[in-house]
Amino acid sequence: MSVDRGTIHGIIGENGAGKSTLMSIVYGFYQAEDGIILVDGNQCHIDNPQASIAAGIGMVHQHFMLVDTFTVLENVILGVEGGALLTEGLAKARKELLRLEKEYSLEIDVDAYVGDLPVGLRQRVEILKALYRGAEILILDEPTGVLTPQEADHLFRILNTLRDQGKTVVLITHKLREIMAITDNVSVMRRGEMVAHVATKDTSREQLAELMVGRTVLLQVEKEDATPGKTVMKIRDLSFIDGDGVPRLKKINLDIKAGEILGIAGVSGNGQSELLSVLGGIDPPSAGSVIYKDEDITNSRSFNARELRKIGLGHVPEDRHRSGLILSFSAKENTILGYHDSAVYNKGATLDQNAVLNICETYIEKFDVRPPDPNLNASGFSGGNQQKLVLAREMENDPDILLVGQPTRGVDIGAIEFIHKQLIEMRDAGKAILVVSVEIEEVMSLSDRIAVMFDGEIVGELDAKEATETRLGLMMAGVKETATSVNKEENKVVGS
Amino acid sequence: MTEAKSKFGSPAKVPAWVNLALIPLVNLAAALFISGIVILIVGDDPIQALEVLFYGAFGYADAVGYTLYYTTNFIFTGLAVAIAFHCGLFNIGAEGQALIGGLGVGLAALYLDFLPSWVVIPIAICTAAIFGAFWAYIPGYLQAKRGSHVVITTIMFNFIAASIMTYLLVEVLIAPGGQSPESREFAELAWLPFIHDFLPMPDTPLNVSFIFALLLSGAFYYFVWRTRWGYEIRVVGQNETAAKYAGISPSRNIILAMALSGALAGFVGINEVLGVHHRLILDFTGGFGFVGIAVALMGRNHPVGIFLAALLFGALYQGGSELAFEMKTINREMVIVIQGLIILFSGALENMFRPKIESFFKRKTTIAAAGA
Repeated sequence: MSVDRGTIHGIIGENGAGKSTLMSIVYGFYQAEDGIILVDGNQCHIDNPQASIAAGIGMVHQHFMLVDTFTVLENVILGVEGGALLTEGLAKARKELLRLEKEYSLEIDVDAYVGDLPVGLRQRVEILKALYRGAEILILDEPTGVLTPQEADHLFRILNTLRDQGKTVVLITHKLREIMAITDNVSVMRRGEMVAHVATKDTSREQLAELMVGRTVLLQVEKEDATPGKTVMKIRDLSFIDGDGVPRLKKINLDIKAGEILGIAGVSGNGQSELLSVLGGIDPPSAGSVIYKDEDITNSRSFNARELRKIGLGHVPEDRHRSGLILSFSAKENTILGYHDSAVYNKGATLDQNAVLNICETYIEKFDVRPPDPNLNASGFSGGNQQKLVLAREMENDPDILLVGQPTRGVDIGAIEFIHKQLIEMRDAGKAILVVSVEIEEVMSLSDRIAVMFDGEIVGELDAKEATETRLGLMMAGVKETATSVNKEENKVVGS
Repeated sequence: MTEAKSKFGSPAKVPAWVNLALIPLVNLAAALFISGIVILIVGDDPIQALEVLFYGAFGYADAVGYTLYYTTNFIFTGLAVAIAFHCGLFNIGAEGQALIGGLGVGLAALYLDFLPSWVVIPIAICTAAIFGAFWAYIPGYLQAKRGSHVVITTIMFNFIAASIMTYLLVEVLIAPGGQSPESREFAELAWLPFIHDFLPMPDTPLNVSFIFALLLSGAFYYFVWRTRWGYEIRVVGQNETAAKYAGISPSRNIILAMALSGALAGFVGINEVLGVHHRLILDFTGGFGFVGIAVALMGRNHPVGIFLAALLFGALYQGGSELAFEMKTINREMVIVIQGLIILFSGALENMFRPKIESFFKRKTTIAAAGA
């Protein structure tokens, strides 16, 4: 692979294709077993991040590496303080930063505390950090995962400026939209190999998707119009205050109807996770009520994760590694997580190994999990197949309502197509589905109705057909819709 | 299938025997090697020492009896530490729980030894479990509900247990007119039968609690891997967030696992108090609770592994005393050094050789897969 100076070069590939591994090698986190890296024609031996910085490579990680309680300035000089006393280094850095800000139009208050900055600005601090260290080549790993579409556009403008100033940008992503929007050249990775290098203007989304997966894929979800039925779960004025006393959910009102997919859009960290964990019975709500099948269960004994499963609630958690699976357990043992006291799996005191195995095998077959080995540890499956295991477990226990958090996070395109199809099928079978996703495209293509969350509140709810990326984007940034749509929402609530 | 196997990014598998047998053996060999150097330094022949050690542990019927008697204690404490490990808890308190379990045994036997054997012995087994469980329940409760770290509290509880035993044996339970801090001897019908009572072998402390320990090992396997309760404990131990997600209460399982752990440790009292000493004495636990940690670590928290590790430590205890007796430069302390080295290598340094060995086998399997 080669990257030209002064261009934006995209690297695209499915999760687990090796994009991040490759860049970590370039940045010196991992060692390559074989092969060489040339920077400006000189072979570099990069065995740690310092060597990489010296070669003019800077990296902006997916998860920022900043100290929240330091100011922007202090964060930038972290590791390059220049001398035992800070004063001199700080003064020098301040001057240099002002120059950089002007040159690349990266406006930022250098004395602000990083903890107070919104995510988009924190990312800017990361970029400044790399530039301050003299980076000529900037690597960004999935930079838009935490941004609203508007913030992402702003980032792209910054990247364009950087390119115009002669810097080189390497953008790692799995989002086709971004590749098409900003890059000059693109390299496609599949299963640890580079399968293609093309100029962006000579290619198309469809072609790239095909290269990534190795076969033709359907990018649009095909579905009929929904036929919403009864409201299965009514949520009224639901609030949740977390252990630190921070209100995470503020008076949420939602109706989840049978035969309909309700999508929750929003930038991550605006209360979606808390909503799922309250509805899933993991955390008790602080106020408000949850009415399930015409019964107020808020204070009932069945309002906890174990009992809710018995009365027909399936929950695909946002983070399958943290919650959905026990990675060190086999697929077989993960099949019964949460359902392990069901009569199906127990013969008296004994867990019925045969029943567990049989059911796991049916799941594996029905959801096409690969490799089809019930005894393989969950950690041995790829992201997509892990997600299929979780989905199979939660969908095949015949729930009336299914909560799905990030249905396709870290899942390859082939599996995304499959998962979406399963969800639509379930909807058509008359089940109520709540989908929470930070991928705005996913919410738009999957949902019948979309509610947008910002700062623990539902800022608006609209029909999926009326939703556009700009409209949702504005709502995701906390801009409330005009009076008309609010009225409409009121009407809906009254009408239901 | 082959395509799926060699898929990029999927972790290469290490054969099971590498994890279960090779790595513990390598660790053991390293420990013995260092021990050999120590023995060389003090001016003795390490090979001869190894021979004496082995002969002293397994060489004749008496030795085997003693070895298995020590093994029994290590099985109990190894299982105790292991069940807590399965719940993600580090129970350092097996020593104290064993003491209190022994107290339960002693009280049952002292006050009920007018009853027939088939009544008093089961009661004593139950009190051992209940007392031991209670002693671990408190740290378990404090961990689950108050967040007091179980490592700290169980260490504290070891001291409290030892002090309670001293107080009781000096002030309350001391044999009438006795000079040393120990209770009166139990009536003979409350004694556990020795193995030499019904097998043709010389008199050794080996008693039926060894068989009890083996039965418990089986029950341990069944409980941990074949019941939903064991499943819940393992889920909590592996991933508390997932447990909450699945509606499994971490605090309930933490308390349960600690109580079971304490009960298992309490059975040391059955072997020692009811099986051998036939009276309550001070410090009958002799460090078995602590060595149980090494046993559980070395045995990979699996009953079969724990049995093998317990046998190893049993052999070291027995063979070690033989060694101290036979060879003039090697004294009791030197034997403890060897034991310490084994604990160090199989416990604390358990992961020293692992990455190297694993990557060796991973590379081998990858090459094999590429060749296929």
